[in-house]
Amino acid sequence: MNWLENFVRPKLQALVSRDHSDSAENKWRSCPNCAQMLFLNDLPKNLYLCQQCGHHLRMPAPARLESIFDSGFTNLPEVAVVEDPLKFRDKKRYLDRLKDSRAKMKCQDAVQSAFGTIAGEKAVAAVFDFRFMGGSMGSAAGSALVQAANKALSEQCGLIVFTSSGGARMQEGIISLMQLPRSIIATEMLQQAGLPYIVVLCDPTTGGVSASFAMLGDIHIAEPGATIGFAGRRVIEQTVRETLPEGFQQAEDLIDKGVIDMIVPREDIAARLGLLLHLMGGKARLLTENDDSSDHDDAAHNHSEDDGSGVEKSAPVVS
Amino acid sequence: MSQQLDFESHINALEARIRELRLSASEGEIDVADEIEKLSIKVETQLKQVYQKLTPWQKVEVSRHESRPHAQDYIDHLIQEYQPLAGDRAFAEDAAIVGGMGYFFGKPCMVIGHEKGRDTRGRIKHNFGMPRPEGFRKARRLIDLAGKFHLPVISFVDTAGAYPGLDAEARGQAEAIARSIQACIRVPSPFVAVITGEGGSGGAIAIAAADRLLMLEHAVYSVISPEGCASILWRDSSHRETAAKSLQITAQSLNELGITDEVISEPTGGAHRDHPATFRRVSNALKRHLNDLGAIPAEQLIEQRWQRYLKLNTA
Ligand SMILES: [Zn+2]
Repeated sequence: MNWLENFVRPKLQALVSRDHSDSAENKWRSCPNCAQMLFLNDLPKNLYLCQQCGHHLRMPAPARLESIFDSGFTNLPEVAVVEDPLKFRDKKRYLDRLKDSRAKMKCQDAVQSAFGTIAGEKAVAAVFDFRFMGGSMGSAAGSALVQAANKALSEQCGLIVFTSSGGARMQEGIISLMQLPRSIIATEMLQQAGLPYIVVLCDPTTGGVSASFAMLGDIHIAEPGATIGFAGRRVIEQTVRETLPEGFQQAEDLIDKGVIDMIVPREDIAARLGLLLHLMGGKARLLTENDDSSDHDDAAHNHSEDDGSGVEKSAPVVS
Repeated sequence: MSQQLDFESHINALEARIRELRLSASEGEIDVADEIEKLSIKVETQLKQVYQKLTPWQKVEVSRHESRPHAQDYIDHLIQEYQPLAGDRAFAEDAAIVGGMGYFFGKPCMVIGHEKGRDTRGRIKHNFGMPRPEGFRKARRLIDLAGKFHLPVISFVDTAGAYPGLDAEARGQAEAIARSIQACIRVPSPFVAVITGEGGSGGAIAIAAADRLLMLEHAVYSVISPEGCASILWRDSSHRETAAKSLQITAQSLNELGITDEVISEPTGGAHRDHPATFRRVSNALKRHLNDLGAIPAEQLIEQRWQRYLKLNTA
């Protein structure tokens, strides 16, 4: 009886989707800033930077982890949570949205984490992937942050979080709002342990993510051109009934507003993180000094030679 | 004349008739006591019927009703020798959040809350209960003070949300909310939050990340307004009723989800119909929960508060 649905439709869909994946527009995308056509296969090795204008495109989490860690890092397993606590559906069921995103992204949710060394410094990094439902924070993302903080505690190292998120995940309702205090508790654990916590604010960082852990870093780094703020542009425009000034909520403006410490281009991030982690590694250093002070000198020396980034450590902040 | 809600217009008509009768009775022209008595019973019955099965969207309307008791009303009736405190010590005083110290049942405490304002002038002064960064920074200051002096914290939550304005953004709205939540999860004294009306997202949780969360029977608490959710997910704000239902924002739903510790029942026909009864019920609940928490050492209190959030929705 359902032959039309069960047979004809899937066949048609297969036909359509095969056509789609082979089409030329799937191999290229245009730079949102300068419209230059960028070959998709080249994006990972170019760190998702436009080769013409330097625009920072949004970066997938696996590529990000790959780009900041030295070789040999390990991914943290994805944490299981109670799925779809509200049995939410809008035009589509939340469970189906999750399923689609998972199939497309080959991961469970919006945050992926790993442990390893960054420019020689031990660290845990948690990375938001905007492609997974706009990087929205529900219980899975919250759990990933708690897990990453716990890993940093057990390894006695710093935590770096790369944010790229529209905010709380509406489909989890109040449970997603509860991720604000939850993620803040995660940062508080590092605070109490005296371990460094650095936030790298990538495009975009808004809503419940900006109003929680993302604004509580020891250091706030932003990527060039990133939009960072609490309320969305449209909501503000509706409230104040005027168009917003050029550069509003952009990293380059926010550094003047005192929201962030520095803007660092993507190709320099790993080296900069390594340096900052070393500068803030007081606790680990204390332990080493108590052991054998000459070890520490060697470690510091090695650090500046081995990072291989070609970035001058004493260079002034790029902004 | 106070604000009318569509779903109770038939009751409002009866109430108006009672008022008319009372007026004529007081002039002594006719004896209408029986008629008033009959109508009053009818009103009571119909109010019970209507308020027992309010839809989530209708609850949103009740929670926003302009005659509901506000934070300042609760403070005036529950707190003795109230000493209002003002300012963030950096930029300004933001009256969208009120707060200060006083006695609750004879014990010193810190109280904070969103204040929407009662009349036009009041609403403008209090910015309709929508705080700017200064408001959240004041809240943080007060919560920190409470911690320093071992004062229990009571918060009354009633806001559409943080103010979405250019100035608020420019002065770090996101950071101000984050720091206020941080103060909540850090404070080494008992902390009870009551959602009295509208619990609007980040602006609400900024002063609600407490040891105990109480909600009035017809209050709502949500990550986003039903209108906002509808316009994003359904691309049409007229789906607000569906959104209100899907988001599970009523006290009853949130109690089932384990978010609240107690739902405080409202007088028949909602808190806006009987302020004194509402104050009594809220006061009793607060007293009970603060007594419970008072017996717990500070360190254990914080640990329990953290676990409340850390364990939430974990598999
Ligand atoms: Zn470009």
